[in-house]
Amino acid sequence: MDFHRIKVYVNGKAYEREVESRRTLADFLRMDLSLTGTHLGCEHGVCGACTVLLNGSSARACLTLAVQADQCEITTIEGLAHADGTLSVLQQAFQECHGLQCGFCTPGMLTTLTELLNENLSPTESQVREAITGNLCRCTGYQAIVEAALLAAQKLRDQRV
Amino acid sequence: MKPAPFIYHRPQQLSEALDLVAQLDNYKIIAGGQSLMPMMNFRFVMPDHVIDLNQVTELNHISKENQQLHIGSMTRQQAIYSSALVQEHIPLVSQAYSFVSHRQIRNRGTFGGSLCHLDPSSEQPCFTAALDGVIEVASQSGKREIPIAHWTAMYMTPDLAPNEIMLGAKLSIWPKTHGWSFMEYSRRHGDYAIVGVAVLVNLSVASTIERISIALCGIDAAPVRLLNTESALINQAADESAIRMALGDIEKLPNIMEDALNTSDYRRHLAKTLTRRALLEAFERAKKRMS
Repeated sequence: MDFHRIKVYVNGKAYEREVESRRTLADFLRMDLSLTGTHLGCEHGVCGACTVLLNGSSARACLTLAVQADQCEITTIEGLAHADGTLSVLQQAFQECHGLQCGFCTPGMLTTLTELLNENLSPTESQVREAITGNLCRCTGYQAIVEAALLAAQKLRDQRV
Repeated sequence: MKPAPFIYHRPQQLSEALDLVAQLDNYKIIAGGQSLMPMMNFRFVMPDHVIDLNQVTELNHISKENQQLHIGSMTRQQAIYSSALVQEHIPLVSQAYSFVSHRQIRNRGTFGGSLCHLDPSSEQPCFTAALDGVIEVASQSGKREIPIAHWTAMYMTPDLAPNEIMLGAKLSIWPKTHGWSFMEYSRRHGDYAIVGVAVLVNLSVASTIERISIALCGIDAAPVRLLNTESALINQAADESAIRMALGDIEKLPNIMEDALNTSDYRRHLAKTLTRRALLEAFERAKKRMS
C-alpha cells in the first residue's frame, strides 16, 4: 500500500495525517478528520454535494485525492459559520428562505454559492442558477435556494454601505 | 466507488514527469482528474501508477506569440474561460467554454486533460479543430508537433506514445474582423454536447467569404471539419445559399455515431440546425465588425 504524509489547513486549522494515495479528499475529510458535513452523494462528480473550497476555488472533493490537497487550504461547510457559531449571511438567508428541506445537497450549495458571492455581490437570477447547475437538489425545486442566494447578495451589499 | 490501490507520483518538473512515463507500466496521468477520477471510482480504470502533473507549473500558461495563442496542457478550463487574452483574440473559445460543464469542474479540469481524454462530444477538441490547433508533445528524446487533424488515433485515444506527455497547443488567431460562433445542444446545461459546432469566418467588404472554418463534435471519434464546404464557399456571398451548401455537406456525412439515447439521424438533424444558427451568428458578427 502506498501512503503519504500530508498537511492540510481545513477551516483554518492545520492537520497532519498519513493517507493512502487512493483516499479521496471527501473520504479524508469525513473519515480521517471526522468532518462529516461534506456529503457524498454520487462519488463520481455529478451531484455536487461534496463541493468544498480548495484554496478558495470550488472543487468536487470526490474527484480530488487527499494527497493532492497536501499544503492546501480547504473550506468545508463546517468553516462557513463564524467562530462563535452564528451563521454566515448566506447560511442565514438559506434559513430565512427555506433554502433546504432534507439538507443533503446544502453543504455543496453553500460552498458553491460562497464562491459566487465572493466574486460577485450583484449576481442576476440566471447567474445564480448557472452557478448551481452542478449541484443537484431533489427537494426544493431550486426556487428557494435561488431566493436565498439573491437575499444573501442583497444583505452583503447592504453591509458594505 | 473507491479507486483501486495505486502508487502516487508527484513530479515537480517536466523532466521528472518524462522520466516517470518512460519507466512505468500501466500508469495514468492525472491532470484535473475530472474524467479520470470518476473512471477510477467506478474502477473502469485501475492504473498501477498515477502521475500527478499539478505541480508541474511550466505546463500552466496562456500566452500570445505571433498570430497564435499558446495554451499549456495544465491550464485550468476556468482560467481559459475567464482569460481576457483569450476573449480578445479568440472569442470562439470563450463562448465554447460557456458550455463546458460546471464551475466546480472547470476549476480543476484542464485543457490538456480534455484533449487527451478526447471525448467525441467534448467542446475542446472541436474548437481546437476549428482553429487548426497544433498539439505539442514531449518525450525524453525531444518534442514533436501534431496537427489536430492527426491527433485522434481512435475512439477516445490520442496519437500519444506511452513515453510522451502533452505540453499544450497552439491555436491560430484570426484577423480582428472575423466572426465566430459556438453552438451546441445538450439535455442539461453543462452536459457534454450531443452535437456541437464551431464556426469562424472572415468576410470581405462586399460580404463575400474570404476564409471559413466549420468544425463539429458529437459526430465521430474525431472532430469533423467540413473541408469541402469550406473551400467551396470561398468568394461566395455570406447568405442563405452558403448555409444551404454547408447543410448539404452535413446531409452527406457518412457514419454519424449513435448510442442508446441519440440516433445518428437525430445527431445529423442537430448538426444541421446548429450549423445554420452558428453560421448566421458568425456572419452577423463578421458583418458588424467589418462595418
